[in-house]
Amino acid sequence: MKKPFAITLDPGSSLANHTGSWRTERPVYVDRLPPCNHACPAGEDIQGWLYHAEGGDYRRAWEALVKHNPFPAIMGRVCYHPCEDACNRGKLDEAVGIHAVERFLGDLAIRRGWLPGKPAGPGAKRVLVVGSGPSGLSCAYHLRLMGHGVVIVDSAKAAGGMMRYGIPKYRLPRDVLDAEISRIESMGVEFRLNSRIDDIMAAMAGFDAAFLAVGAHLARRTDIPAGDASRILDAVCLLHDMEDGPPPMLGRRVVVYGGGNTALDVARTAKRLGALESLIVYRRTKEQMPAHESELNEALQEGILFKWLSTVKAMDEGGVTVEKMVLDETGFPQPTGEFEKMEADSLVLALGQESELGLLKNVPDLEIENGTVKVNSSMMTSHPGIFAGGDMVPSDRTVTSAVGHGKKAAKNIDAWLRNETYIAPEKHEIAGFDKMNTWYYSDAPRTVQPELDIARRGSTFDEVVGGLTGKNALFEARRCLSCGNCFECDNCFGVCPDNAVIKLGPGLRFAFDYDYCKGCGLCAAECPCGAIKMVPESI
Amino acid sequence: MPLQPIKFYQTGTFTVGNRLLDESQRTVQANMRRTNSLNSGHRACQGCGEALGARYALDAAMQATKNRLIAANATGCLEVFSTPYPETSWQIPWMHSLFGNAASVATGIAAALKVKGKQDVRVIAQGGDGGTTDIGFACLSGMFERNDDVLYICYDNEAYMNTGVQRSSATPPAARTATTPAAGAHPGNSFGTGKNVPLIAMAHRIPFVATASVANLHDLEAKVNKAMTIHGARYIHIHVPCPLGWGSHPSDTLKVARLAVESGLFPLFEAEHGEITASLRLRKKAPVEAYLKLQRRFSHLFGEKPDRDTIAMIQAIADRNIEKFGLESP
Amino acid sequence: MLQQLEGSRAIAQGIALCKPEVVCAYPITPQTHIVEALAEMVRTGELANCEFINVESEFAALSVAIGASAAGARSYTATASQGLLYMCEAVYNAAGLGLPIVMTIGNRAIGAPINIWNDHSDSMAMRDAGWIQLYAETNQEALDLHIQAFKLAEALSCPVMVCVDGFILTHAYERIEIPEAHDVDAFLPPYDPVQVLDCNDPVSIGAMVGPEAFAEVKYLQHRKQLAALELIPEIASEFSARFKRDSGGLVKPYRLEGAETIVVALGSMNGTIKDVIDEMRNEGHAIGSLAIVSFRPFPLQAVRAALVDAKRIVILEKSLSVGLGGPLSDGVRKSLSGTGLHGHTVIAGLGGRAITRKSLKALFVKAEMDELELLDFLDLDRDIVNVQLEREKETRRSGPVAENVLKSIGTVASRIA
Repeated sequence: MKKPFAITLDPGSSLANHTGSWRTERPVYVDRLPPCNHACPAGEDIQGWLYHAEGGDYRRAWEALVKHNPFPAIMGRVCYHPCEDACNRGKLDEAVGIHAVERFLGDLAIRRGWLPGKPAGPGAKRVLVVGSGPSGLSCAYHLRLMGHGVVIVDSAKAAGGMMRYGIPKYRLPRDVLDAEISRIESMGVEFRLNSRIDDIMAAMAGFDAAFLAVGAHLARRTDIPAGDASRILDAVCLLHDMEDGPPPMLGRRVVVYGGGNTALDVARTAKRLGALESLIVYRRTKEQMPAHESELNEALQEGILFKWLSTVKAMDEGGVTVEKMVLDETGFPQPTGEFEKMEADSLVLALGQESELGLLKNVPDLEIENGTVKVNSSMMTSHPGIFAGGDMVPSDRTVTSAVGHGKKAAKNIDAWLRNETYIAPEKHEIAGFDKMNTWYYSDAPRTVQPELDIARRGSTFDEVVGGLTGKNALFEARRCLSCGNCFECDNCFGVCPDNAVIKLGPGLRFAFDYDYCKGCGLCAAECPCGAIKMVPESI
Repeated sequence: MPLQPIKFYQTGTFTVGNRLLDESQRTVQANMRRTNSLNSGHRACQGCGEALGARYALDAAMQATKNRLIAANATGCLEVFSTPYPETSWQIPWMHSLFGNAASVATGIAAALKVKGKQDVRVIAQGGDGGTTDIGFACLSGMFERNDDVLYICYDNEAYMNTGVQRSSATPPAARTATTPAAGAHPGNSFGTGKNVPLIAMAHRIPFVATASVANLHDLEAKVNKAMTIHGARYIHIHVPCPLGWGSHPSDTLKVARLAVESGLFPLFEAEHGEITASLRLRKKAPVEAYLKLQRRFSHLFGEKPDRDTIAMIQAIADRNIEKFGLESP
Repeated sequence: MLQQLEGSRAIAQGIALCKPEVVCAYPITPQTHIVEALAEMVRTGELANCEFINVESEFAALSVAIGASAAGARSYTATASQGLLYMCEAVYNAAGLGLPIVMTIGNRAIGAPINIWNDHSDSMAMRDAGWIQLYAETNQEALDLHIQAFKLAEALSCPVMVCVDGFILTHAYERIEIPEAHDVDAFLPPYDPVQVLDCNDPVSIGAMVGPEAFAEVKYLQHRKQLAALELIPEIASEFSARFKRDSGGLVKPYRLEGAETIVVALGSMNGTIKDVIDEMRNEGHAIGSLAIVSFRPFPLQAVRAALVDAKRIVILEKSLSVGLGGPLSDGVRKSLSGTGLHGHTVIAGLGGRAITRKSLKALFVKAEMDELELLDFLDLDRDIVNVQLEREKETRRSGPVAENVLKSIGTVASRIA
């Protein structure tokens, strides 16, 4: 076409006009730290594995999950999921049921026999892990993945530590536990069970480093005057016997003394063992109870009774004598001198646990504080090469923290073995709710996991909380807001008035074309997940 | 319903794309190969709603017509920022004649195509609210009345922005413009004035009339798609915030547009042959205040002594829309 | 084929022979009969492959033609008077965009006072819009000029107005030779646009042009008109060769041999002028005339060549440049610059005032006696003017001029008073 001068122009010729020069602020893509990841004691990349689950790629989701935590099936059942407390979706409707999806993935992996990646090649060191609880197993798993030889020693008959000897079956079925432990065994970790280490210094022979994770299996005691016929047990032993020994005899009326999760576990176990009445005595109020709310609710549904603001003063044939307490102005319980007697066939003390640290007796300069071993930020004790984690070091004593300790210790042990120091990558800025544009997310209530019929729970140790089906696991995963991390919704690509966002293709995210970006900030404002940040132009 | 929102897919159809949805359920704008009918390098202000609306509408129309599209453009921001010699941002055959004649020029193009047997090529006329509701209104009405095979798209930013923000017949009550200053006993534009061109278009009983917003891309594209399946006169009125004229932050363009919809001030509906056939339910109903507060053209209503009476009058307009167009779920 | 036809009908038939693809119509006297005839021909199929569009205004009419032309269709419309003014913006636009639209102007006065009769005020108001303007002397020429106009417009990509005196030509029945379709087809090739809205070769038409290129664009418009000065005679001679009659061209000299007085005029009044000249020649007066066909572009050279040997020039104009004189005179005087010749402007025939042979003869005789003013008015009733001027002097609220004048001449509404 012989075009008339000036009034008729060639298509798209405005590309010659670089409007990027107008900009005073430029958008940049960022990966902010999702609150769930930030809250996870095991250091899971929750948003990362949910991303794959959202697309229905459960294998990749599971693989991303077990990069950080070898126990999705266990974790999905027993973790108190602080991730869900932190979840931004909680401010929108309800938090994403992260644990439920995690459990679904874990169970699926067991059914399908999925294995994590092959351990790195040989030429690495040998590490002794003492204790086969979550912390020890986690450490062994990660060290093995890094290519190290690992031997786990445990005095118990079976591996699992408190996961086996502390958590009742109705919360953690043993086939699940066994499956996830055997996966670690299949990776080449050597288990030496039924063997007790009395002197770690001696046991270190032939090992380049040790990770101690002996847990806290000793029951904390309190002095309760008791008649001869009184039957007083401790929770740790009771739960241990549930696994290994003859079923404990508790009688028709059981009183459990304590307010933690263990107290609830015992009370609910007692109910399943045939107790007509299972009563928890706690010296403070319901609100002050350290046990997790979901566990408390399940216990209440099962008919567990509670006696708040009471301490057990004595026990005899007739039962238990308790003293009423009142809270003082600081919220601390104070005795009132009012006593009450209640019928009881047995009293179970669930007052906390302590660690058996005898194996450390020959370690020089070891620092012990309040019955726990002090470790530095690398999880190493004051003795070089000996690391420790789990319930025996200061912590909140949850399975998840223990798993996190194991991972952290493994990374530090690996570095230490190479005469290096492990430096954790810098954490991104947290993707708080204010960084999100939640308009874009579909309204979707949380999928309720099917709960076992209340009536059935009383008499069986079947699992109380059911799993998600493939369909509702997908739905639940898709409730994830992907806080702080691009999930390729194409909003930035679509809302730019200047076509200054380049779509790189599926899985490849986007790039800015700063030749044309005028810096209006629409992309950042309309990014649902807060993965774009406006920064001032330097020139 | 023009568009069935898809539930439970993280963002469903609220976002431009969604990797979890089938590609056919994503927008044209999510497509890497979209036309970019209005290309980069145009001189629209930062965060321009009209630039966005024009690309949304024309890319959708291009896809719907398999790139057989010609556009006639009225004088105005869109024309000026897209085609200053020696560069044009248009990648489609495009023509600008005058301020008030876009509808007629489009009629002429359509007539030429018909006589040349090229009826697969479709014609769009487009202009701002001034070029549509005021100076181009006679030509628009004529095009409607003759049922010419033209889709007319009005990008409504509620004033004459190109000439420096003067009042048009689409300027809302109380809004400050250069010719309705925020001064005197009744600051801003008068109540009881202005015209609703979508309703007037319906009165011509043309095959298709719709309102749309840049804040609801799926809905906008569905309406353009539907319009392209129909022959005869069609009208789509798209609400496009103007950061400059409205005194809103450039990054708030879509937020402002969204609140216009969610407050009920800009109802989204469609009509066929003069009868309303669908309206989009409010998703998260918002008070008009939330919408007004983001814009300096309404700032005289707020401040230390908010003008509660005027705000209530605006709320009443929104409430009337909600009732009239059935914007709340039954 | 010779036919006895109304001018409008003949013009419509000529246009139909040109096979316009889009015709837009809005009624305004006196062009309406042309589009009515075209509407009928489209409906009956006599004019096939043509979209006839009834629009809502003249502004829309030309706008539709603009769109159609840009999309590659041969486009036509017609208007007059107020209608031309109403489409003024589009008139300039069509020329600026270089769209080869052909438009008939049924020349008519412009109000107020409203007047439906003939003069050239309307097309003269558009003389600088960038269109080529051709003025027809007869209905035969009007028909022929339309055929030439399409060829010219499309060759240059420039719109052309064919100006036809309202009523005098448009409503006059005459014997007219209607060309054969095959001859018109051979003369006028199909429209091949220089720019077109095409999906396979997209362009943006109608860019905003700033100071850096605006003058160049306008100069290029001027160059088109200069090119037309060459092309118009070529097309006229090609036309004459094929259709065996002379029509069009830049100017048409009449009995200029030895003429001391030459009358210059546009359009149909040349017929009356020629009659008077014949009469005066028979009486021994050295007088001739020059009909100007192409007013835009203005053929300065051709006019100068035709007039340079005369002693005096009388320029008869059906349009008054209020406050100055006549627009035709501007061009004629410019063509005479340096020759020492005086051009006498005579405003005549405004609002349909009859231009009689008697008045013209008296005028020409007066001219020969060098008694004409530089600006004169044919048959102006000075008494009526003076009455009104007096009235205005006497009283501030002197009333509407038009009604007062009608009262003074004792017609129509004056009876009521």
